[in-house]
Amino acid sequence: MHPAYSVILFTTASGAGYGLLALLGLTGMSHGQASSIAFGVAAMIVSLGLITAGLLSSTFHLGHPERAWRALSQWRTSWLSREGVVAVLAFGPALFFGLVWSGLLEAPTLIAPLGALSVVLAVITVFCTGKIYSSLATIRAWNNGLTVPVYLVFGLSTGASLLAALTALFGNLPAFLVYLSCLLLALTLALKLAYWRSIDSAPRTHTIEAATGLGRIGRVSQWEVPHTSANYVQTEMGYAVARKHARKLRRLVVLALCLAIGLMLAALVAPLAAVLAALVALVAAVVERWLFFAEAQHVVTLFYGARAA
Amino acid sequence: MTSLPSPSAKKLGLVIDLDTCVGCQACATSCKEWNTQGYSAPLNDVNAYGSNPSGTWLNRIHGYEVEEAGQAQRRIVNFPRSCLHCEEPACVTVCPTGASYKRAEDGIVLVNPETCIGCKLCSWACPYGAREYDQNDGVMKKCTLCVDRIYNDNLEPDDRLPACVKACPTGARHFGDLGDPDSAVSQLVAERGGYDLLPEMGYKPVNKYLPPRPRRDGATSRPEALPKPDGSAFDRLFAWADRLLSTGKTPARAADIDNSGKLEG
Repeated sequence: MHPAYSVILFTTASGAGYGLLALLGLTGMSHGQASSIAFGVAAMIVSLGLITAGLLSSTFHLGHPERAWRALSQWRTSWLSREGVVAVLAFGPALFFGLVWSGLLEAPTLIAPLGALSVVLAVITVFCTGKIYSSLATIRAWNNGLTVPVYLVFGLSTGASLLAALTALFGNLPAFLVYLSCLLLALTLALKLAYWRSIDSAPRTHTIEAATGLGRIGRVSQWEVPHTSANYVQTEMGYAVARKHARKLRRLVVLALCLAIGLMLAALVAPLAAVLAALVALVAAVVERWLFFAEAQHVVTLFYGARAA
Repeated sequence: MTSLPSPSAKKLGLVIDLDTCVGCQACATSCKEWNTQGYSAPLNDVNAYGSNPSGTWLNRIHGYEVEEAGQAQRRIVNFPRSCLHCEEPACVTVCPTGASYKRAEDGIVLVNPETCIGCKLCSWACPYGAREYDQNDGVMKKCTLCVDRIYNDNLEPDDRLPACVKACPTGARHFGDLGDPDSAVSQLVAERGGYDLLPEMGYKPVNKYLPPRPRRDGATSRPEALPKPDGSAFDRLFAWADRLLSTGKTPARAADIDNSGKLEG
């Protein structure tokens, strides 16, 4: 699948933003108001900023961005529409939570319910993002039970790393947050490794013989393509990264996640290492998301000569 | 509305005969010609006269090579591919705007070019590569089954057929109601063993493909099928002429004939 940069940016940025929002919501529920207005405002700007930037970038790959509002209408059947609806629904409570939690608006009793609402809506939004991909039966690597958990855990671990970085910058990084970030990053690594193992071992059950139905007379191969230069179907769905590059990039993701864990642990003695850890975790997320697209083979490639998909 | 309508009794679609298709591209060019001025027009091309042309086509003809058991030579099968107007079209249900829809009255799958946002998700959901994004218009395009021909009262009744069916010079494309078991197309499918593409994916395509017929005689394409000398008067006459013409060389025998196509010398 062609890795559209706007979609990669959207899913990683908004994932981290929603992860951060969910953790801020939990913090508000357990600790009440933010330690200072400045920290509260900064954290909310980073969280909502990433979410907004992500949502805006997702409209860049549309043919008609001015019609994007129409995408809110088909929530009954479309996960893309559901994602849009929940993202819009989450915005109000999240903004309101930011105001009361940071202390800009004095209403301590509202922190817990608004925080809870923000947590739930943030998690549901990322869940819907994952479902857009995992519900496509045409792409074996996405139509996988681990797709949604990986989306969720990447959002949470990059969000936790960002929260650790922010608290470090404000000089109040608690050791608990370091351990939580490390735990989530390790869980991300474990789930991603399990995902790769799963897609590598799953049999390619669809064949060129079944796609063309010509298996009934013999073994099928592509003889001639119906055009002289690549068409939309090939450039959008036929994009594939070379296996050796994929292996290298997978190693890069593993390395970056391990490095992020190491840097995060280093933050116990030098808190600012958490900033570096967050940046490295975000790089891991972007490379992982790029691979998620580039490694995925679409069933339609069978009509263009692929033996199995 | 992207929720699917309850299955219609009428299921309009195409039946494509892979035995008679000669791969002439008349259906593809006729489709392009009609649909670039019809519903959701135009069908744009990019860099049409340049070195790397591309464009939106609703019908494309692939060529496949099939190795049949017991055949020395491979068989070429021309394979037109367009929207199959599935009964369970995931391209419709994933659409976030309702621009993609399946018509309740006849099962035709269409895209409304006025409301499509060009997110391309429908093309990801289609296993058959039936949908092509139009870069210039920023919307998705697909086969309309020539909805603007088949119900068009301004056309002669004979012309109320999809452009591809009308154009096919070998009669390899058939149009009709596959929901009616007594229709000509349904009869054809039953008689010839028409089949679905990727049936295991569960999209329930309406369009059917008729398999190539078995070769009349599997041995006709082999060298040993060439006529052999049977010792008749004619054979003896030819053997004598051969000896006369090829002085100093051993006379040729049918079994020794070089079929490789290489020139002697």
